[in-house]
Amino acid sequence: MASNSQVAPTNASVRETIFAVRPGEITQAPTRVQSLVDVAFRRLSFWFACCTILLVTFIVLRIAVSALPAMRHDGLSFLTGRVWDPNTGQHGIAAEIWGTLYTSVLALALGTAFGLAAALFLSEGYMGQAIFALLRTFHLHLHPFWSKVPDKVEDLLKQLIELLAAIPSVVYGLWGLFVVIPLIRPACNWLHLKLGWMPMFSTDLSGPGVFPAVIVLAIMILPTITAISRDALVSVPPKLRMAAYGLGATRWETITGVILPTASRGIFGGMVLAFGRALGETMALAMLVGNANQISVSLFSPANTLAALLANNFPEAGPKEVGILMYAALVLLAITLVVNIFGALILQRASRSAAE
Amino acid sequence: MSVTKLNPTSSVPDPFAGVDFRQLEHSLRRPRTLMDFLLSGLVTATTLSALVPLFSVIWMLAWRGGRRLSMAVFTQLPPSAMEAGGGFGNAIVGTLLMVTLAVVITVPGGIMTAIYLAQNRHSKLAEAVRFSAKVLTGFPSILAGVFAYGAIVLTTGGYSAIAGAVALSILMLPTIILTSEDAIRMVPSRMKEAAIGMGATPTQTVWMVLIPTAFPGILTGVMLAVARAAGETAPLLFTALFSNYWLWSHGHAQLMRPTASLAVLIYNFAGMPFDNQVELAWAAALVLVLLVLAANLIGRSFSGRQVQQS
Repeated sequence: MASNSQVAPTNASVRETIFAVRPGEITQAPTRVQSLVDVAFRRLSFWFACCTILLVTFIVLRIAVSALPAMRHDGLSFLTGRVWDPNTGQHGIAAEIWGTLYTSVLALALGTAFGLAAALFLSEGYMGQAIFALLRTFHLHLHPFWSKVPDKVEDLLKQLIELLAAIPSVVYGLWGLFVVIPLIRPACNWLHLKLGWMPMFSTDLSGPGVFPAVIVLAIMILPTITAISRDALVSVPPKLRMAAYGLGATRWETITGVILPTASRGIFGGMVLAFGRALGETMALAMLVGNANQISVSLFSPANTLAALLANNFPEAGPKEVGILMYAALVLLAITLVVNIFGALILQRASRSAAE
Repeated sequence: MSVTKLNPTSSVPDPFAGVDFRQLEHSLRRPRTLMDFLLSGLVTATTLSALVPLFSVIWMLAWRGGRRLSMAVFTQLPPSAMEAGGGFGNAIVGTLLMVTLAVVITVPGGIMTAIYLAQNRHSKLAEAVRFSAKVLTGFPSILAGVFAYGAIVLTTGGYSAIAGAVALSILMLPTIILTSEDAIRMVPSRMKEAAIGMGATPTQTVWMVLIPTAFPGILTGVMLAVARAAGETAPLLFTALFSNYWLWSHGHAQLMRPTASLAVLIYNFAGMPFDNQVELAWAAALVLVLLVLAANLIGRSFSGRQVQQS
């Protein structure tokens, strides 16, 4: 213990009470009280662990029970109905389900393109090698300070991408409202003018709409994709990479032929988790998607998502509407739970096969 | 690339017989190298363009939010429509209060669970708990609000800071459990073995060796959870709602009344057609991002200090 006490931050009085060293004796059996406390504490930690599982079950049950009256009343037609009109008592969330899936799939496509590129950039040593080459031209690559710069710059870049995840979603919403929409509006309206015959550009962007929401959503899920893909790319065994280079493959032949296939499971798991996050994202969408109850493939028309529906209608809902919104929440819960469990299982298997 | 076939029986093996050496030339005239160069350029450009939004957000916050920032913003109440001036002092207090309450609710249970997970690493229950914590990590934040609405707002009969704190604590719990478990596991096993060798009970080992050694790591987890919770809006929208008044009135803190928070204030004011409110929303966004970043940085500064398994 003597050597470790330098490492462990123990203070003298605590050590005395806990070990209660008698003169001439180094160790002693635990007293009756100590072993009772031990059993009690272990029981307690066991119960707290059980509580975590119970909490998840309770959350699901609580939402399901509140949704039960509405489920009995509306049944499955709730999922297929397109009209949301509290005055006539008609409620259907087909448009919201469509909007949720449509925005999430588009955001996933955009986020994966950028996120995977960033992960490759960070894991394949582009930045480090470029700076190293630059340093070598100035003969600084063995300098005690400058030789550390490539690693530091790569680390900084990684931290900057992680910083994207730290910005609250409501701030992204604000930014989307006042920066993204005015910025992309002329381009979107030009596309509508020239390519209006295509269903994707069939309406013009008059303000909030699917496309600005997708851009902001893609930025929000990018750090998730980059972090998980980078982990998967870095854990590819170095000998595979070296073997490919040794055979004369270029960097990109190595990436597409060896590294990406080996890391594909981890990358896919990251995509699924990012998809789950996009499905449940609320604030940025509530502010940018336009809250219009319609099904449209046009990128520039307003739409609605399940989460945005909840955010907009819950604060002023009466007792009857609460039940219906709980039903919508249950649908959202079911979709995200399936996606998240699927993603967690893939990542678990990917890390297990990487360990072997 | 053509492949050279070596024939072991032939008497004169020429290993380079079928190799086209021009194929291996590293020059942009070769399609292979050119492709490599173009794709590398594409990846570099894509990565750098992914950072443009980050700098754009930071620039807008500093420019539009910083312009409005003054002492009045921290000490005054939100203005009503058409009114000039005002601030969001009550929203800062509300955010800090609800996050603190959420920490108080989550930390004891989260750390106890983490201890159980680290001590019984491979038991069936530990696997199940870890899995449900991971599922909670991906839990949409609005559903935490829906749950708190059903469990707290409906039973107590009103929007309150307590309901907001419960909603936030559900989002903090998985982060605290998973990072604390990692931190406890990282404690060098020789320290644990030394304590057990001295005759310490498992509980004494946990409290006197594992927790003090893993403390920086646990703090990191708590601060990261705080950073996440402070920025959340969706769970507060219909649990804490919003309020235009100070939390402290009539001589005591109104914990069971609707409570203001920075995030909800930004959401409410961003949609208003008044310039004053929009400016305040930007200033509030700047304050919120600074709070979140401070929590993040404090958390990260602890993480380097832990004694790690060597």
